[in-house]
Amino acid sequence: MSLIQTASAPMAPLMTRAAQALKGLTPGKVLTFLVLLGGAWVVIFPYVWMISSSLKPTDEVYDADFTIWPKTFAGVQNYLDVLIEQPYPTFLLNSLIVCAGVLAVQLVTAIPAAYALAKLKFRGATILLGTVIACITIPINVTSIPLYLGLVRAGLLDTYFSMMFPFLVSVFAIFLFRQFFKSYPESIIEAARVDGFSEIEIVLRLIVPAAVPAVAAFSVFSFVAHWNDLYWPLIVVQSQDKMTASLSMMQYRSEFDINYGRTFAAATVVTIPMLIVFFFARRAFVRGITMSGVKG
Amino acid sequence: MSAPASLLMRRQRRLAYWLVAPAVLLILVIYVVPMILVFAASLTDYTLVSDYWEFVGLDNYRRMFGDPQFANALHNTLIYALVFLPGAFFTPLFLAIAIQSRRRFRSFFEVIYFMPVTSTLTAMALVWSALMDSRQGIINNSLQALGLPAINFLGSPDTVLYALAGISLWSVIGFNMVLFLAGLTAIPQNLYYAAAVDGADHPVDRFFRVTWPMLAPTSVFVAVTSSITAFKLFDVVAMLTQGKPAHASEVFLYLTFLEGFEYFNMGYSAALSVFFLGIIFLFALVQTLLADRAGRY
Repeated sequence: MSLIQTASAPMAPLMTRAAQALKGLTPGKVLTFLVLLGGAWVVIFPYVWMISSSLKPTDEVYDADFTIWPKTFAGVQNYLDVLIEQPYPTFLLNSLIVCAGVLAVQLVTAIPAAYALAKLKFRGATILLGTVIACITIPINVTSIPLYLGLVRAGLLDTYFSMMFPFLVSVFAIFLFRQFFKSYPESIIEAARVDGFSEIEIVLRLIVPAAVPAVAAFSVFSFVAHWNDLYWPLIVVQSQDKMTASLSMMQYRSEFDINYGRTFAAATVVTIPMLIVFFFARRAFVRGITMSGVKG
Repeated sequence: MSAPASLLMRRQRRLAYWLVAPAVLLILVIYVVPMILVFAASLTDYTLVSDYWEFVGLDNYRRMFGDPQFANALHNTLIYALVFLPGAFFTPLFLAIAIQSRRRFRSFFEVIYFMPVTSTLTAMALVWSALMDSRQGIINNSLQALGLPAINFLGSPDTVLYALAGISLWSVIGFNMVLFLAGLTAIPQNLYYAAAVDGADHPVDRFFRVTWPMLAPTSVFVAVTSSITAFKLFDVVAMLTQGKPAHASEVFLYLTFLEGFEYFNMGYSAALSVFFLGIIFLFALVQTLLADRAGRY
């Protein structure tokens, strides 16, 4: 008896919940859901097609009779070719070096500057803040000619330095962190000063830990932006040993590889790192977008 | 003010200079000096191939306004923007509203629609060009299976800008959707209750009475950033069409790139860059003006 009761007891709320869910279903809601589902399929299909093609032999990629799972499996061969015979590990490593280098310098330069702008009084602070805000609107495309000519003069084209140079300071990060630091309570900083904390200790032990969400959001944002960038590497990279993952895709503009299965294995290898970042750091990335936007 | 306090202030000021020094130095080398040089270069006939150059005054600007390639690039960018912008605004708005009200599938749809935003566009553009292939692509195969004529998406001057706009929309919709979702979440729920008391029960009424006005700041931001994105179209063009066929996809930034880094007409390209900056500033100005008005709600 008690057995039946315990078994049926959870069923009752479940049934009413199902009934409620069904009652709430209007034709409009069903239609919206189907549209959302259809849209989702369109958005995700290029990934499905890319991964599916990367597992196929050349003659099957453009087969009129498309199947998600290949009829002849060539995945192992395609990926081995890309990762061993073609220099894709080098391209990925180049992208990693550039993105990590850029991010490290951006953080090291932006955090102290943002702290000074938010919490310290010094002459020129207003001019500096104005310059930072003005520079946010200037895209790399406007300053690329002088930057390129300078790097040509210095004989630095086709080096990691030239690939990182225009991004070593992020005016966006300075502004974002400054807004974030400004809301940090003055009283805690004063108390720390009274306790004999030096200004550097205040930054490292109080401000930076409090700014972790902003720093994390910006970091993901910066990393993704520079991994995906095409414009600047296209200008300064000249040899295959400095080619970034994103730039490497330009090779397929001409008949670089007539093995289509292998081509899309390469495209998958280039896309996967940012997909991984996306799945693990989506929330931080989204926070970065919303922080940059609406309130600014 | 007591002596120790002013000492502290002086120490603070000295420290501030040290803290901002690296950033200031880099801003000078990366932004300020190059900006001055772009303006200066736009007044010269400098080319990378010859050491000899001279000041030509406003000749580059005069040439620009008489250049059929410049007119063509502006025209292409405008057509592209007219196709791209409505899609980049209304699709994410619809998605955000449809997704926000859903409890169970909300994060599922958020994840999927947002995925293209972080994906490497050069690689995904390669995939799109395969899907849009004129003879063997899966889109044309499907059209033909339905008895419709095949479309040479990227190869025909009549369709290339639409095809590029489609690819860009795919990559940007999730970004704008996230902005709208943030805007929607910030709307206080009691406004909807108040509207319901006033008799605005229907979703359409709720939208026009509460959602749309409250969303105005977000809408302005989305509209302006999307306009700038449209004007900055580069990656997909460089990757897939290089301005072809018959200059039909030669958009503004791609022309600037060609003049500077393919033909090495640095002076002329600098003038185009200055024009580009002017457009960006114009958008920024529009945003500030509209944001002020939108903020009054």
